[in-house]
Parts: sequence; C-alpha cells; structure tokens
Amino acid sequence: MRTFPVHGGPHLSPPRHVRHVMVDVLLALVPGIAAHVWFFGVGVLVQLILAAGFAIAIEAVALRWRGLPVRRIGGDPSVLVTAALFALCLPPLAPWWISLAGMLAAVVLARHAYGGMGYNLFNPAMVGYAVVLISFPREVSGWIAAGTQALDPLDVIRTILAGDLPAPLRWDTISSATPLDTVKSLAARGHMIGEIRHDPQFGDFGGRGWEWIANAYALGGLYLLWRGVIRWQVPVAVIGSVIAVSAPLWLLDADVHPMPLQHVFSGGLMLAAWFIATDPVTGCASPRGRLLFGIGVGVLTLVIRRWGSYPDGVAFAVLLMNGAAPLIDRYTRPRVFGTGSHA
Amino acid sequence: MPLYPFPGGLRLPAGKDTLPPFAVCPLPERLIVPLGPPGGPAAFCRVAPGQPVRRGTRLADPLDAAGAAVHAPAAGVVAAIGPRVLADPKAPVRCVEILVDGTDARETLPPVESPFDADPAELLQRIRDAGIVGLGGAGFPTAIKAGTPCRHLIVNGAECEPLVQSDDTLMRRQAADVIAGARVLARITGASEVTIALEDRLTAARAALAEALGANTDLRIVTVPSIYPSGGERQLIYSLTGQEVPGGQPATAIGILCQNVATVAAVWRAVRHGEPLTARLVTVAGRGVMRPTVFEVRLGTPFEWVITQAGGYAPDAARLLEGGPMMGIAQPHDAIPVTKTTTAIVVQTTSETAPAMEQPCIRCGECARVCPVRLMPQQLLTAVRREDWAQTQALALRDCIECGCCSHVCPSHIPLVDWYRFGKAELDRRIDTRQRADRSRALFLGRTQRLEREQAERVARVAARKESLAQAAVVVTVETPSAPAAGEPSPAPSTAPRTMDKAAVLAAIARGKARKAANPPRPAPPAPDEDA
Repeated sequence: MRTFPVHGGPHLSPPRHVRHVMVDVLLALVPGIAAHVWFFGVGVLVQLILAAGFAIAIEAVALRWRGLPVRRIGGDPSVLVTAALFALCLPPLAPWWISLAGMLAAVVLARHAYGGMGYNLFNPAMVGYAVVLISFPREVSGWIAAGTQALDPLDVIRTILAGDLPAPLRWDTISSATPLDTVKSLAARGHMIGEIRHDPQFGDFGGRGWEWIANAYALGGLYLLWRGVIRWQVPVAVIGSVIAVSAPLWLLDADVHPMPLQHVFSGGLMLAAWFIATDPVTGCASPRGRLLFGIGVGVLTLVIRRWGSYPDGVAFAVLLMNGAAPLIDRYTRPRVFGTGSHA
Repeated sequence: MPLYPFPGGLRLPAGKDTLPPFAVCPLPERLIVPLGPPGGPAAFCRVAPGQPVRRGTRLADPLDAAGAAVHAPAAGVVAAIGPRVLADPKAPVRCVEILVDGTDARETLPPVESPFDADPAELLQRIRDAGIVGLGGAGFPTAIKAGTPCRHLIVNGAECEPLVQSDDTLMRRQAADVIAGARVLARITGASEVTIALEDRLTAARAALAEALGANTDLRIVTVPSIYPSGGERQLIYSLTGQEVPGGQPATAIGILCQNVATVAAVWRAVRHGEPLTARLVTVAGRGVMRPTVFEVRLGTPFEWVITQAGGYAPDAARLLEGGPMMGIAQPHDAIPVTKTTTAIVVQTTSETAPAMEQPCIRCGECARVCPVRLMPQQLLTAVRREDWAQTQALALRDCIECGCCSHVCPSHIPLVDWYRFGKAELDRRIDTRQRADRSRALFLGRTQRLEREQAERVARVAARKESLAQAAVVVTVETPSAPAAGEPSPAPSTAPRTMDKAAVLAAIARGKARKAANPPRPAPPAPDEDA
C-alpha cells in the first residue's frame, strides 16, 4: 500500500494566475504609454516611475502594518497597475508630491482601508486621481500643449522634483488648456463648437495628440480582449453609450454639442473604457451587470462634461458607478440553470 | 438535429490524443467487494466465510430500493466479511474479501431468449438482479431510473473528463452491446426517441456505433462539441433537447432517461447473456503511471494491483485520483478497490500538483462565465465563508454540480469547489440537526400529550368507577338500612362523591364483617386495620 496526500479538486493545473492578469494589463498599457510620451515628453515616464516607486513603498508599509507578508507584492503586481493608471492621468510636469499624495490615497485609503487587494470598493487609481484633482486643482490641470516638447529630460526631472522651471520659461508660457477645457470654457462663453474646433489643438476627431493616445489605448484594450483578461461588455457599453447619447444631440444641433467622436477620443474616455471601468474588483461581475456599469460610466461622463464643473468626468463617473456596482450585481444575477425564475 | 449550447463550460486540454492500449487486467489474489457505498448502509450479506463462490454468485441483497445486488467478481472462497477502511478513513465499509482461486468458474442467470418480446417487468427485474448501477460515476441503481416511463432515452457517451477514455473504448469494442442495450431500455421505458450522444472527437467510436446500427433508424447518433462538462447529465440533455431539467429533480421528471453507454451495454449483457455486473472498464492514466492503459477490471481489484499492471508508479508520482482530473477525488492510499463507479484511476506527478498560492478574489467573474449552472460563484464563496446559509440557498448552492470549472479558471487559485462542498455538507448537517431537533420536539410534545391524555383518562376512569360504586352503594343501602348515605339525598354534585365514598367504605366494612363472620378469625392483623 502506498499513501498519498489528499487535496481538493479539480486537479488540473490552473491556466492563469492573478500575476499573469496584472502583467497582461501592464503590457497592454505599453502602446498608450508610448503615445503619451511621444506627444507629451519624458515627463510622462518620470511620473510613471515616481508613482510606481511610491506605490510599492506604500504597499509594503501597509502590508507590514497589517501584519501581512510583504512578499505578496510579488504575487500580485496590481498596485503597479494602479500606479500606471494614476500616472497617466497626471499632467507630465506635475510636482512629485502630487504623485505621493495620490498614491497615499490610492493605496492606503482605497485599497488597504477596505481590506486590501480584491476588497476595495472604489478603483484605487481613480480615488487617487480624484483626491489630488479636488485638493490641488491648479497642479493637476497644468497641462502642456501636445507636441510642444520645450524641455529636455533633465529640466523635466528638475521641474517635477524641485518645482522650478528653467530660466526663460514660465508656467503661463508653456501650459495649455486640454481640448476638453477649451470646449468647456469657450462653449460657456457662447462659442459654437464649429468655431472652437478651429483651434489648432484639435485634430481629426479628438484633441491633437490625444486622439492618437486614445487609439493606442484601444489597441492595448484589444490585446486584453484577445487574452481574455477583459470581456467585451464594458468597453462596448462605455463607448457605445457615449456615442448613442451624444450622436442624437449632435445631429440635432451641431453648434452646441460636440460630435460623438470628439467625446470618445478626448480626455480619459478611451483609457477608462478599456483599462479603468474594466477593473474587475470594482466593477460588475455578471455580463448584464457589466453592460449596465459601462453604460453608467459613459452617460455620467457625458453629463459631467456637459453640466459638471470639471472638463472631463471620467474619473467621477467611474467612482460613482463603483459605488453602484454591488447593487447592480445583486439585481443582474443570471437565471440559474434549471430554475424557472431569476434567483 | 439542432444542438443547444449549454451555458459556461470549458475547452480543456483533453490529454486523449493517443488512445492507450486495451487490456484485461489479470486477477489479483484477493478481491475486496464493498457491500455498500462509503458511509452508507451495507447490503444484506448472503454468504459466510469459507464459502466457495463462483464468478456471478450473489454475495448480497440490497437493503432497500436504493441499493443494488452485489455479485462475486471472480471464483474463489470467501476469506472474510467485515469492515475495511477504504477511501474515507473515518467510515469503514463492510466488505466481502474473496480469495481468488484462479479457475474463474462462473454462474449466470438464465438468458432472456427474446428480449424484445419479453415483458418489461421481467427485464427490469433482470437489471435489478444483475446489480446494475450507473457506470458513468453516479452509481444510481439502473432499475429505479429505468422503472419510470419516459419518451426520450439518451445514451451518454460524452465522456468529457480529461484523460478518461473508458466509454470511448467501450463504444469501440462493444458498439453492438450499446445499441442492443439501448433498444432494451427503450422497450422497458416505452421511449419513442433514442439518442446516443458522444463527443465530436470520438470519431472511431462513432464509426463503430454507426456500423453496428447499420441501416436502422430507430436510434440516432449525435455528436456534441467537446466542451467540458458536456457529459454532465443536465448539460447533455440541454445540448440535445434545449430542455433544462428542473433543479433538484431527476431527468425523468421531464420524461427523459439518461444512461451511460457502459450501463446500457451492461444491461444488454445481463438480459441476453444473464451476466451480472462483475467487471468494468477503467482508464489508468496520468503522468504518474508508467504505461497508461484502459483495463477491463474485475470489481474489487485493489488500485495498487491495477497500477502494477499498468507498469507501476512513475518515480515522481504524487497524487492518486479516483476519476478524472476535474471531478475525481484524491485518495489517501491505493489499497482501495475498483467499484462499479470507478471510471478511472489517475496518478499525477509532483510537477502537476505544485501548490498554487491563493490570492484574494479579484472579482474577475471568470468563474461565473464558465459556470454551466449560471451560478455566481464569487458571491457564493462570500456567502459560504460568512456562513450566511440563507444567502447560500438564495444563490442556489445546491444546484452546483461540482464540475470544477470555476476553480480551474480562478486566477487567484481559490479552491471554490472545496468551499461549496463544505457549504453543502454544512447545509445538510444543519438540516439534519434541525430535523433531529424537530423529531425530538415532536417526541416531547407527543409524550406530554400522551401524559396529559393518560391523566385525563385516569381521572375519567376514577370518576366512572366512583359513579358505578355509588350505584353499587345504593344497592348496598337497600340491604343494610344502617348506612347513613341512604338518608341523605344530596343533589349537589360537589358533595356527591364524598357521600358515595362513605357509602363505599361502609359497604366495604359490611362486606368485611360478613367475610369475617363466615371465616374463622385469624391471629394476625387485628382490629386497628379496620378502624383506619
């Protein structure tokens, strides 16, 4: 007789681990990051490195505090995904402490206060971004114009870390409103959308530069779809609902309402559709729930862009829907096989 | 014929690219034949130690309709009867041990000469007498299932577990038996529609069945996509008919009988050749065995013997499974015997059993996507972990078929099925506890009521007796004019008993005096007795 250790089933090696999922997400972000760097300079990379560094350090301290093994970071690089998504929302020259504040909010408040990985109710990256956006609006809206890379890398690092621009430059000379800012402020002053779009910062369908970044995100999103990391419902619902709501308005009065493609290819919408609203932890789990969740994000984004006080509403839309996700999940349970009614 | 894809499911690496060779497993020295399922009641044993048996000798009768007859798998002598520790070390099972003599003499039941003209009741009885149970792994007595009339018979050859090829082998080798058995079952149940279903990659098995069927059209051979668990009864029925078997009910509730191909072949052999169920096909597979083979194995053959015949263990064998890698159960040792429900013996190696680091759930929803029952596995997990039993029932925990799809795809490597098994066991235990409590409460209430009733009866009896005595006292009064009761009419009911008492006492005294007068006085108890 030979004895064996017993173990619960199934006994087939699992095809995937959380680590692979997170690594796939980071890989899928590469085209978007590349496009971002192309249009906004190395500041983007510096922000990414800063955020990642802060995130890992804070995660380690938080795990230590909670008495959990710090090496868990190795098995779960999700905090790096949080850092990357957060950094991609920041202006490339934002001061370093913005990143620190954002990561503190994201990792401590949004993640560990709720019980850590897998238990957070709100998307940590968006919590971090919302906290710094509300707390430090000037620093977080200080974008430079796409394609104007006036600074060399060393100057960029000095600007971010020390906060001072090299001698001839001043903030008001290099900073620029984002396309969505422009739309919002000019439309508020009664300009027609057609006039506004003559501004050189607009491209073919979104903002100049921004539209290519959005394309790159979509490319990464398709990779995630192909890898089975995300499912089609959320991106389709987000983009679809934005188009479905903005198209009739635009057709009705193209002078007041931006065209649907403008909405889709501006700001953070594409990033949200493929990478942020698809976050499994804070989204919905059932297929119908995901559709509702995505529609909510899309519609709320439009509502905030049109009537809110911020030019882009993606982060707030995602956070609001995060709060609604458990409720949606509860009411979108699929009908159990072999039962007549919805469970 | 249109197919209806069932929800969820997985395309698994089948590991069946090459068909392992078929062989008849040689007889071991000893067979261990369990008389009941692990933890369940044993059948009623008909043999005694020292008794010679032949292959097919009936060893035990079922205790009730849910059991099945047990037959000697080989000729020999009954060496011992008693509890043996088998797969579950906590619950020993009563077993008959047979010392095999190697003659392999057999006894059979009288063959049914023309099975298609025979009385269905006779055929059913034969299935019962041959000890045939579901050979697909469930082990439910076939006679009970087939005893319900149905309109559609589905013969299940969709063996969806990775590595397992017992049914495939059986269909290729015994296609004629399968088809004839299906016809017998159709006759018994009155099914007008018969479908043999198998996975689309079993082309050789399909060809064999088609050849055996010839130009006949009374049966239909249908292939279903190789999506695990396509061989699950409910999934297969849905694939073929688009009908969902209501949760908690058998398929016969919607007029469908689903039987495994090996069961159907065994039915034919029992009916036509009078052979009781004494052997089955077992796939011995996995990287942990040297020569994977499909064996015909006598029931009761210990796993270790079977594995030795398959070339023994590989050096890095690390886990022993009864069944396939998805739904099979890891066994603590290999001294357990092959039973009627052993579809496969799988041995895995250390490289396949590396412990996976469990991570918290990231709510990715993959488990829900692959669930063939459309459960919400992650919500169920939370409910089970919280021990929120009402919620587990609301989320239909009992409808889980434990196919393992959710655990398999979970990127956090959470052993979801283990949690559900725990949850189900806990629900059972709680229901059991409640039933025990209910039973105790009913007993207590019954006892209280009985005591009250008896008390009331006693009171009534006493009252009735007093009444009759009072009437007697009236008679006594007539005889003895000195009794005071006669003078008092006393109509008030409250005082009546007292009056009657007095009358009775006086009457008794009078009788005593009369007796004394008649008999000579004895020295013993004197007057004070009478004064009291």
